[in-house]
Amino acid sequence: MNHAIEFEALAKRYGTLAALDGVSACVPRGQVIGLLGHNGAGKSTLIKLILGLIAPSSGRLDVLGQSPWRAHALRRRIGYLPESATFYASLSGRELLDYLARLKQAPRGQAQALLERVGLAHAADRRIGTYSKGMRQRLGLAQALLGSPELVLLDEPTTGLDPQATRELYRIVGELRADGRCVLISSHLLAELEPHIDGALILRQGRLLAAGSLNALGEQAALPARLLLRPHQHAVDGLLIRLDARGLPAQLRPDGRLELQVPRAGKLPMLRELLADPAVVDLDVREPTLAQLYDWLGAGQRPAAAEACA
Amino acid sequence: MNTILIVAGKEFRDDFRNRWTVALTILFALLALGIAWFGSAAAGQVGFTSFDATLASLTTLGAFVIPLIGLLIAYDAIVGERDDGTLLLMLSYPLARGQLVAGKFLGHCGALAAATLAGFGLAVAIMQLMQPPAQTLQAWLHIGRFILSASLLGACFVGLACLISVQTVDKSRAAGLALIGWLVSVVLFDLALLALLVVSGGNPVERAVYPYLLLLNPVDVFRLVNLTALGDGAGNDLLTGMTAHHAYPPLLLCLVMLAWAVAPFAWAMLAFRRKEV
Repeated sequence: MNHAIEFEALAKRYGTLAALDGVSACVPRGQVIGLLGHNGAGKSTLIKLILGLIAPSSGRLDVLGQSPWRAHALRRRIGYLPESATFYASLSGRELLDYLARLKQAPRGQAQALLERVGLAHAADRRIGTYSKGMRQRLGLAQALLGSPELVLLDEPTTGLDPQATRELYRIVGELRADGRCVLISSHLLAELEPHIDGALILRQGRLLAAGSLNALGEQAALPARLLLRPHQHAVDGLLIRLDARGLPAQLRPDGRLELQVPRAGKLPMLRELLADPAVVDLDVREPTLAQLYDWLGAGQRPAAAEACA
Repeated sequence: MNTILIVAGKEFRDDFRNRWTVALTILFALLALGIAWFGSAAAGQVGFTSFDATLASLTTLGAFVIPLIGLLIAYDAIVGERDDGTLLLMLSYPLARGQLVAGKFLGHCGALAAATLAGFGLAVAIMQLMQPPAQTLQAWLHIGRFILSASLLGACFVGLACLISVQTVDKSRAAGLALIGWLVSVVLFDLALLALLVVSGGNPVERAVYPYLLLLNPVDVFRLVNLTALGDGAGNDLLTGMTAHHAYPPLLLCLVMLAWAVAPFAWAMLAFRRKEV
């Protein structure tokens, strides 16, 4: 059992509305996976299905080796941070964690350790009602880690966090990965998420647009890389003509640099050639970003769902 | 079971924290003492009259107040968490939905019972202290029965509140439904029974059925439990007069009361299990 989550032809319908429409994918253990998609793409539905809070209309879903629907004991091995988490405002942070720790049968004393880990030890005895948004989010992360769960679901964990707190959050996510736990992060903030995830599930309107490692997705999409060249001032025209002859029309940017798109397959030969070209003073390679990949997938005429468990 | 107790303990402490329990204790004590000393002011007397008369008045008042409190204390049990966004968090923990409802039910019932015991117990202790003639075992039995049945009556309406809370989509609707529930069970039900009595003119069928109709409302069962035990002459002639030909066995009344406490709560548990979140 090397997959934390496995689903096949999974569907959830509310009346005639299909919140999830036959999606299939696997999420391996020990990885950080991004769950991406617009509002209404089915992210929340998928998370509720994984938590066993709603029953699938059809299809198969395995979480940590068993079906999650009404499997209460299974939820002891899952941590969940709800979107824009709110908690009982009249409790203190410590009281909340103690209560939740007892519900989850987590070791006593873990609450204190987690409060320190997320940097809330100084505010542990204040009422949650007085916490800032960022503090509530960190408290939410702390409760998601109660009982050392094997699978952690974070729903929009960084909304409202300042950059420092965001870095702290991803540091903890990194520690979880190093610990061999699986982390599923749903987010809109693609650029922020990209350096921290190993793979992605991309949903749109209840269908899975793509699933897999970022590397594989990049290959599959075969998006061109962008090159930025700084030419010698007197050699601009010659370089432009030579590039044009290679079928690579370059554009002159206001800052004097040339921008061109290089297909993935021809990137390395092209780079070698340009490095050897005396007209090129400096060179900058921009790999396609997650956001570009996302746009490319979203712009396509609803491509078929990615192969399951490739 | 352990999980239920963890939730119940949290709710019980919450009721203390937001002053529900203390406020109710004071309210109950003041009501009891006020009735004991000023209850017979209409008859031209001020001062302690008799313990039984006090209890009879308390029963009438309790039948109005306790259902309202039971509904108020618990109407937002589930729907409040839904509004605050904590319901999803709670359900992501390893507890069954029924356990969440059961814990909340038990916690609020416990808080209400504690306030009933503390408030009325305190009042009775003061009465006994100041009126030595009332220091009888009989009096303690009656007040014990009163406190127990008042707690059970509270539980009936906490259960009803849980049911409302599970079935509604927001807090304001739940509050409205709770008030309607109170109006129907405390006021309209008895009015309807009276109307029935007047219209039918007391034909034999109605005479046979009527006493059982009273069992359909926990508020009336609560009155029966306390007033039939007090007997005649304690200012409760109207009710005993209506039902004198039919003695309700105390055991039956207890069972009916228990059933009324369990039924709405059990319905709430089942309904919540089937709810989409």
